[in-house]
Order: sequence, then structure tokens, then C-alpha cells
Amino acid sequence: MNWSLFLTELVAGTVHGCLYALIALGYSMVYGILKLLNFAHGDVFMVGSFIGYGILGVFGGAEAVSIPIVFLLILMFLGAMLGGGLLGVVIERFAYRRLRDAPRIAPLITALGVSFFLENAALLVLGANYDQYNTFDWDNGSLWSVGFTLPAGVRVALPQLIVVGGTIVLMLGLTVFVSRTQLGRAMRATSFDRQAAEMMGIDVNRVIATTFFIGSALAGAAGIFNGLVYQQVWAYMGFDAGLKAFTAAVIGGIGNLPGAVVGGLVIGLAESFTIGYVSSTFSDAIVFVILIAVMILRPSGLLGRAAVAKV
Amino acid sequence: MSGESPGPTPPEPGPRIGADEWVASVSDRRQGPGGIAGAVSSRVAGLPAPAGFALFGLAAATVPLLTNNGYVIRVGFDTLIYMLLALGLNIVVGFAGLLDLGYVAFFGFGAYGYAMLASAQFDIHWPTLAILPVVTLATVLLGFLVALPSRRLVGDYLAIVTLFFGQLFVTVTNNGESMSLLGLTKDYNVTNGPNGIANIDPFHLFGHDLESLAGYFYVALGFFLAVLGIVFLVSNSRIGRAWRSLREDPLAAELMGMPVNRLKLQAFAFGAGVAGFTGTLFASLNTAVFSSDFDTPTLITVYAILILGGAGSLGGVILGALIVNISLEVLRTPNHATIVFFALILATLLAKLRPWRALAAVVAGTALLGVAVRALVGAIWPVTLHTQGAVDGSLGRALAHWLPLTTNYQIGNYVFCALVGLVLVITTVPRRWRILLLVPTLYLASFDWDSRLAFEPSITRLIFVGVILIVLMNARPQGLIGVNRVEIA
Repeated sequence: MNWSLFLTELVAGTVHGCLYALIALGYSMVYGILKLLNFAHGDVFMVGSFIGYGILGVFGGAEAVSIPIVFLLILMFLGAMLGGGLLGVVIERFAYRRLRDAPRIAPLITALGVSFFLENAALLVLGANYDQYNTFDWDNGSLWSVGFTLPAGVRVALPQLIVVGGTIVLMLGLTVFVSRTQLGRAMRATSFDRQAAEMMGIDVNRVIATTFFIGSALAGAAGIFNGLVYQQVWAYMGFDAGLKAFTAAVIGGIGNLPGAVVGGLVIGLAESFTIGYVSSTFSDAIVFVILIAVMILRPSGLLGRAAVAKV
Repeated sequence: MSGESPGPTPPEPGPRIGADEWVASVSDRRQGPGGIAGAVSSRVAGLPAPAGFALFGLAAATVPLLTNNGYVIRVGFDTLIYMLLALGLNIVVGFAGLLDLGYVAFFGFGAYGYAMLASAQFDIHWPTLAILPVVTLATVLLGFLVALPSRRLVGDYLAIVTLFFGQLFVTVTNNGESMSLLGLTKDYNVTNGPNGIANIDPFHLFGHDLESLAGYFYVALGFFLAVLGIVFLVSNSRIGRAWRSLREDPLAAELMGMPVNRLKLQAFAFGAGVAGFTGTLFASLNTAVFSSDFDTPTLITVYAILILGGAGSLGGVILGALIVNISLEVLRTPNHATIVFFALILATLLAKLRPWRALAAVVAGTALLGVAVRALVGAIWPVTLHTQGAVDGSLGRALAHWLPLTTNYQIGNYVFCALVGLVLVITTVPRRWRILLLVPTLYLASFDWDSRLAFEPSITRLIFVGVILIVLMNARPQGLIGVNRVEIA
């Protein structure tokens, strides 16, 4: 067995899977609370990535970063998470709030419109070219020189560690928030039964806005992670990432937060092993096959429980 | 079908058993406009639907007689293609209430199917009349296969599977220049990749090759009217009513003993078949198919048409396709687009802003603000100002006297963001502030139009389509001529 190839794909798949997992968490949170597939979520990821790129530009650009890299990273994360979160809140407030009690298909079509609007507005304002984070050049390449080597000479560098570590930290934070805090409890109550929660005095609007803020902030962070490892940012990057993350959320069991993470890792690994062992042409097809297989064999997702329709 | 219902019952005074008064009095609550417009619109609305369709067919048939302009006929043909597509989507989304986001993949499947069976790609040249049924049936089958895995689940899963399927279709056709069956066979050139399949045979009907644009236009019109007739009959049949009940409440429909899964599959496959059928026509006129023709922008445009006309309404499909496709065409040339842009703003103000005092104040305020801002900016930075924006001719010169146009296109980008923010704010503030804020909003919109949006017609078109979806779903979910549905909880 070729351990080098296996480990390379394992590392690549885990890193990519973490990105999918972070985006999928936002999908799952919003779906859990509103039963809405928020198609615009992938584009929040794109905006977050561009915010990070903008902050990098403010501090000198890739070749001449003017402040210590730690501060730069912190600023980028703060900016992207705050900006992404606010964008999510604005989208909810102006596009979805009025449609909460409309027929199910109305907010879905609106979400489609929001996604299309964001992508093309970004194309207009930010241009059609690929922008580069170029993390290899930061501080003379010190970012990628830190790291360790796995057996068979497979190298794991700091940016990849940041992605995996950051994802774990954010997920733990989210778990604590949802299970321990009062707002988290309100969130679970609202997701269980919105009307009953409202009658118990929960400010549903605030809870939903918070959900959008947190989910979108995670997507914004994923945007930075994406730039750190894969370098490129461009206006349509949200569509594909959103689609895969979406599939991840469904495979894990939509509305189920650990499920979103499992789904993200499954998709990331499946993709990179297909690329490594078969061909990159088939990576999308494999993910589609997994999606169909899960739908037929375990319709409520790997970790989801079968839903019973309430009347 | 009419035989099932008992004969007319004599009207009874007072509330009738089994008839919801609120539902029964729906036409009284819907107040039409008065005057001549009201008389005309009520007369048109009173016509039976087939008469309206025939009128549309007659009107459309005169287009190639009135003009020799190939461009106009081509736009008419494209509009008919969009109408056919929206008609098929109407069955899935409008009647059955299923969200099909892979719809254009079926369109693409039909187009590629025709291209492969009637071109030099595999050196197959089947007769058109054989290809049409084969490709349509194959697309119906594909529709069944795609919808099958998500049949037991809520509609949301169908949305994901179809969205993924649509994306996969584009990827596969785009990479199909050397494809093997899971690496087991040798590589074949199936779709010719991003170069597409070219030199596709023209339609060959009744012993004649279809060569003129007008000929294609008439064939498209004939196809459209035929499909429209079929859909009209189906929508009023047993299965059409079953679909609508499914849309309103799948659970209740199931409790009434309807085979919900089978009905969903039928609607989905029917829609897919219409799309595949349309694809053949599209491929033969274009004589080439490319994977990029069947990507998200086409999907969103078809959705915008459907939503604008009103999902579930057949006349709405015609109206929506006319409005969307013609405005997208107009958006190609900045000068025409500018006239339409200002006309649209004025029309919206006229329709929505009352009393007339407020309207006059807003228009005058905007004009004055422009003059003041132009003078101020001109006094501070006299060098950077442009004499002309995206619009040329006398209109462009007039606008340049009113707007401080600069060479720096980034300013247009900032203004675009500010404009989006202002529009969002306007939708939330009280009325008095709204009128006040309209003045800078209109001015910024004009500025951004002339300095940025009109320079990028291809992006502006897509933004426009996205905005149609968001605004209509929020402000008028029933579309322009649809009837508002009430959700009964």
C-alpha cells in the first residue's frame, strides 16, 4: 500500500472536510430553527473570505505584511466572523422574516434569489478575477515552514493545523453555547416548536437573528480558513462550497449539529480519496452517489432521528 | 370530467353546508380597477382561458410577418423557448409545489440528446420525428430516476438532490471529452467538453429541412401552443386537481387517500419531459450545445419568469417570459436600458406613491439634489468629472450635467453598496422618512446606473433577475396576475 498517497489524501480530506463542516453547521442551525434551506449561506462564506482578503490588503498585502501574523490572523477572523454574521442577520431581517408563515416554497425561492444577488453583486463590486491570499509569501513563508512530518514523508503545515484546530474550537464553543447558555436553550426551544416558545415568552425574532448571526459567523471563519489553505477567493466560490456543505448537512442529518460535522468530514474525505485514487472528474459524482445512498438507506441522515410529522 | 359533478343546485339563502363563506365570497373581496381599464381587464379576465391562448397565438404569429429583422425574430424564438421552459417548471413548482433546482439539466439533457442523435459527433443522423419522442421519453425517465430517491421525504430533500444533479450535469458535460464508464472501459469523447457539440442538423419535418428563422419561430410557437393546450387540459383534470391538493397540504392529501409519492413523481417527470422536449428545439436552432447554456443563470431566469407571472398560472408564464426576456434583451444596450430604467422608476413611483404632492416633491427634490451635488462636486474637483457615462448621445450629455461622473469606477462600486443599504433602510422606516429617503436613493440609483451598472450589462442582468425573485416573493408572492393563496394553519 502506498502510505504516502493515503496519508496525503487523509490530511487533505480532513482539512477540506473541516471547511465543509463549518459551513454545514450554519445550514443545519438555520434549518433546525426555520425549516429553511438557506441557499445564500455559501455566499456568506464567500463574503467572509473577501473580508479577510480586504484586511490583508489593508495591512500591506501578502508580500509585505506590516504587523505580526498572529495579530493579522486575529483581525481577519474577527472581521470575517463579524461581517459574515451581520450579513446573515441582514439577510434574515430583509429577505426571510416576512415569509416565515408563507407557503414553504416562498422563502426557498427567495433564498435562491438572495444567493444569486450576492454572487453577482460581488462580481460587480469585486471583479471577476481570482484574488490570492498567497499565504506562502507571508513573512517570507514562515507560516508554511512550521509544522511536522507524518510517516512516509507527508507534511502537515501550520495553516492546515489552524483549520483543523480552529474548527474544533469553534465547534466546542458552539456546543457549549447551545447546551449551556440561556440563549442556547431558547434556540433549542424555538427549534422544537416556535409557537410554543413564543408563548413561553421567548423573543423568537431575537433567537432567530442570533442563530443567523452565529451560523453566518462560522461561515465567515470558514472563508478565512479557505483562504489560508487554498489561497483563492472569487465571487462564485460560494456556490460549490455551499452545495457540498449542504449535502454534508443532509448526509449527517439536517438540523443535527454533530451530524453536520460528520457529514462534512465524510464528504471531504470521499472527495479527496476519489481525487487521489480515481480521478478528479469523478469527485462530484462520488459525493452525489453518497447523497443518494444515504437518502435511500438512512433518509434522516447518519446521525439524524426519523422525524414524525406533527399536524 | 364534468359528468362527475351533480347538476346545478338551486341557490339557497343563508350559509350553505360544506361551503366556506369566506372562500365563496372571494371574488367580492377582490376589487378590480374602475373606469375603462377596469372594464377592459374584467372583459379579458372573463374570457375562457383557451380563447386567451388563441389570441396570444394569433398575435405572436404576426411577428414574423411584420418584420424581417432577424434579431427581433430571434428574441421572439428565445422568448418562446423560455415560455416552454416556464410551462414545464410551472407543473412542478406551480401545480405540485415541488422545488426542482435541476430543471435546466433536463433541458440540457434534451438538447444534448438531440445533438448526439443528429450530428457528426457519433455520426448518427436520425430523423427529427424519431428523435423528438425518444429524447422526450428518455428525459421523462431521467426525471423519474432523479426524483425516486427523495420520494418518501419532504420537499427540501428534493431541492438538494436536484440542485446537486443540475450541478453534476454541467460538470459531466463540461468534462465529457474523455469519459470512461467508471474507469472500466476505454475513454470515449461523449460531449466534446467545453467546446460543445457543433454542426447539429436542422429540424427535418414533413420532408423539409427547417432553415429560416421564421420557420423555427413558427415551430416553436406551434410546440408552445400544443404543450400549453396539454398542460391546460391536465391542470383541469383529475391529476391536475390532485397536484394542487398536494401543493396545499401533502399530509391532508395523503389522508384523503391520494397516492402522494406517485403524484409527485408524475409531476416531476412531466415537467422534466417538457424541458427535454424544449431542449431539442433549442439545440437545432443554435446548431451547437454548450454545457454553460444549462447552468444556474438559466435556471434562475426560468424561476424569475415563473414567479413574476405567478406560479400556477398559465397566462402568467406567457406574461412573465415576455417581460423578463425582453427586459434582459433591452439591458444589452445601455441607451435603451437607460430609458427603460428611468421609465420603470417613474412607473413604480406613479403606481406606489400617493398623494400626487408627495410624488411631485420626490421628483423635484431628486432633480434639485442632482443639480446641487453636481455644482458642488464640480466646484471642488473640476478635473475628474466626465462629460459622459455609460449612456451616449444627447441623453448621456444631459445626464452628465446632472450627475458628477468620474473616471474612477470604484466610486460606482461604493455607491452600489450604499444604494443597497439605503433601499433596505427604506423598507423599514415609517412613511414620512421613506419619502425623504427616496430622494437620495433615486439620485444614487441614477448615478450608479450611469457610472457603473450600465457599463456591465451582463452582470446587471443577473442582479436584476435575483432582485426580481427577492422582491416579488416578499411583496407579491402570487406574481403579477396570480391569485393570492391563503395559508390555512
